[in-house]
Amino acid sequence: MAEGPIRRAARRLPLEWLGILPFAVFAVLFLILPTLRIVTGAFQDASGTFTLQNLIDLNTPSIRNAYWTSIRLSLITAALGCAVGFAMSAAVVFGGLPRGLRSPLLTFSGVASNFAGVPLAFAFIATLGPAGLITVWLRTEFGINLRAMGFNLLSFWGLVVTYLFFQIPLMILIITPALDGLKREWREAAEVLGATRAQYWRMVALPILFPSLLGTFALLFANAFGAVATAFALTGPQLNIVPIKLFAQIRGDVLGNPNLGFALAFGMIVITVIANTLYIWLRVRSERWLK
Amino acid sequence: MTRIIAWGVFLLGCLYFLLPLVGMTEFSLRMRRGEYSFDAYRVVFGDPRFWDTFSYSLILSGATILVGVFLVVPTAYWVRLKLPQARPFVEFVTLLPLVIPAIVIVFGYIRLYNTSSFLPLTGSALGTDILLTMGYTTLALPYMYRSVDTGLRTIDVATLTEAAQSLGAGWITILGRIILPNVMIAVLSGAFLTLAIVMGEFTMAALLNRPAFGPYMQLIGANRAYEPPALAVIAFALTWGCMGLMQLVARLAKHERAKA
Amino acid sequence: MSFLTLTHLEKSFGTNRVVKDFNLSVEKGEFISLLGPSGCGKTTVLRMIAGFEAPTSGSIIIDGQEVTGLRANARNIGMMFQAYALFPNLTVAENVAFGLKVKGVAKAEREARVAEMLALIGLPELGGRFPFQLSGGQQQRVALARALAPKPRVLLLDEPLSALDAKVRVSLRNQIREIQQDLGITTIFVTHDQEEAMSISDRIVVMNAGIADQVGTPFEIYNRPTTRFVANFVGTLNTFEVTVEDPAAGKVRLGGSIMTLPAALNAGTGSAQSIALRPEALRLGREPGYETVISGRIEDVHFMGSIIRLRANVAGETVVLDTFNRADQPPPVPGTGIEISLSGKDAILLQG
Repeated sequence: MAEGPIRRAARRLPLEWLGILPFAVFAVLFLILPTLRIVTGAFQDASGTFTLQNLIDLNTPSIRNAYWTSIRLSLITAALGCAVGFAMSAAVVFGGLPRGLRSPLLTFSGVASNFAGVPLAFAFIATLGPAGLITVWLRTEFGINLRAMGFNLLSFWGLVVTYLFFQIPLMILIITPALDGLKREWREAAEVLGATRAQYWRMVALPILFPSLLGTFALLFANAFGAVATAFALTGPQLNIVPIKLFAQIRGDVLGNPNLGFALAFGMIVITVIANTLYIWLRVRSERWLK
Repeated sequence: MTRIIAWGVFLLGCLYFLLPLVGMTEFSLRMRRGEYSFDAYRVVFGDPRFWDTFSYSLILSGATILVGVFLVVPTAYWVRLKLPQARPFVEFVTLLPLVIPAIVIVFGYIRLYNTSSFLPLTGSALGTDILLTMGYTTLALPYMYRSVDTGLRTIDVATLTEAAQSLGAGWITILGRIILPNVMIAVLSGAFLTLAIVMGEFTMAALLNRPAFGPYMQLIGANRAYEPPALAVIAFALTWGCMGLMQLVARLAKHERAKA
Repeated sequence: MSFLTLTHLEKSFGTNRVVKDFNLSVEKGEFISLLGPSGCGKTTVLRMIAGFEAPTSGSIIIDGQEVTGLRANARNIGMMFQAYALFPNLTVAENVAFGLKVKGVAKAEREARVAEMLALIGLPELGGRFPFQLSGGQQQRVALARALAPKPRVLLLDEPLSALDAKVRVSLRNQIREIQQDLGITTIFVTHDQEEAMSISDRIVVMNAGIADQVGTPFEIYNRPTTRFVANFVGTLNTFEVTVEDPAAGKVRLGGSIMTLPAALNAGTGSAQSIALRPEALRLGREPGYETVISGRIEDVHFMGSIIRLRANVAGETVVLDTFNRADQPPPVPGTGIEISLSGKDAILLQG
């Protein structure tokens, strides 16, 4: 008796899954297989036999340095992006600024977070580059020579300043709704119980926001870590960060070993996967109090 | 006190965002020595490669949007209606492009679909265009899926489907005539975002060696002085246009809902 | 000297005067309700006492201390909000301990106090739960414990029952009153539900358009409303138009009979007046000692248990009367013609 329904369910199941077949095929062909190809390639030599040599070969000063610079760049721009974006969003949500500012800020953030890549580099070259608006203005009006002071747009910190142009708006876009979600009653309850503003933020508001903050940080990290176009247009192929190195390798096998490219890309996947695992783990931990 | 700090933070932020925009605009007007002019724009618009690459990217945007819609709308609909148990898988896939850098994905394409592979897409221009479109679709997937899924949440998918079925409609009719119009706003907003992403994209197009707008801008940037900021102004206006249309569509939707 | 004194309290938002010349003296341990429709300013008064809104003018004195200019976190006040004001990221115990923690109370003492509070509200087992794991009624009980834990001078309740379902509302209301009386804590309770205010308060302040219309015990408010607004807002009323016959003796004419009101009238002979009678002051049938009898037809019958509420049509107007349930006497059915007896001694004079 119990067999009937079970067999029917078994027959019906694949039919329903057929509905997402196109999506599954697309995902396998254009997301999963390419990724797997990188992963397997990283463990193969030119003839296709298994080897760990590619990964071992990553351990050169130049490649180590590229990874380290990329990680630092991503961490710093993500952290600064979060901090500044949070401050601006908080200023608009809690700072008593006119409500009319809010919608333009969000619209502009939508634009700026998508204004990345090549044109963004042009904008910064025109502003902070050797002949840029601010550089020239500071030199002619105040006699301040940015270059002599150690600032160079085509450097690590130049890249940081440029990346913030899309990192900060992304943070604003994500965190503003989260800040709106903080109920007035929570602040008032804390206040009437004797808490200062700082105590309220430390004990209530920030823990509540933590999952969103964390998620945005992870997103900003990945955003910066994989970015090629801005850095490439800004500094050309010479800046030693992983995506640029990989770009050059794909174009012209600059490392002299095609399979080392797989290893390089595999390293990028490992880092973003670690970052996201860390993120998911922290998120699960910090969300115990959520439904 | 709080208000003064808030204003300070806000204005400093605005300054940071406005200066590069002012900088690029000012620089783009400086081509003629000693006076402001639109010469840089004249040069850019006079360059046939600008139009070629621009229209190439525009066509690919359209293709990407079409593929995205055909892929995402039925899938999101089906997951909501019949396969809630597939949701974790589908959502995981749609989030993958945010985790795996585009350059890694395209690297995988190049190695997987080379001329000696089971699917030699990179062997012909058309094949590479298809591959690039698929690549762009993956880039747009997280935004498109989220947008459409949110749109579907606001309508009662099950009831609409049953009502249509009871009137004798088939699946294609249901999707094309019932579901799609109801999530049109979400689709459009995803489409404009896709347009903004594809028009400026550099990495995939450059590595697949296709004459898209992104690589063209990079090429000009490496060789010219005044045209790049002009291109940046154009690209910014384009992005602004896409986002503006997105907002407009959202506002129209709200208006429509208020009427109903 | 009263414990909490509000003097000439005023609040304006822009040109909108929300609270006008509000005066109130509350004794220590008293339970006062601010009752009124939404927008009458009752919540604004409460928020001024809490320190969330600064009064435009006037003063607030708690236990001899002027607190008008003090920030909310320096007033030592407990407050319960409408709903969901528990900190979602903290457990029940951490929520209750919050006020003690920010004061720097030592851990051992804190834990003892939390245990005491959770026992007080009858949820000693739930210290480790998070708010989302509790029912609405449980959440509000925890909110009460959290408000009481730091031993506040005054407890403010901002419609804490309005988000709960009817049954929980009644039991929580009784529990709040019990705890309030046990601790002897001075309490201000804001509500728009007159039944709630009646059942729980020592005194009620009925507010209308930013003004305290009447302050009194529930008995006084119900039986001797001083304004038409209070009379209409609290309970159900039947109003009758009468003609003044002898103002000094309080005699008025209703239809063909003369009624004697409980007090003299401040109106000229022959002028028109309104008097009101509560549903329970009317009697079904002819009642000895009642001056006036009117007749009508039953429209509908609401059986409410111990009381039966009848609606009758009397000359085109609806008259509501309550009778006690009697097992040996079924209520009249709709359509029946009835007689209703009225007595002038029960009448409420409506002025203002």
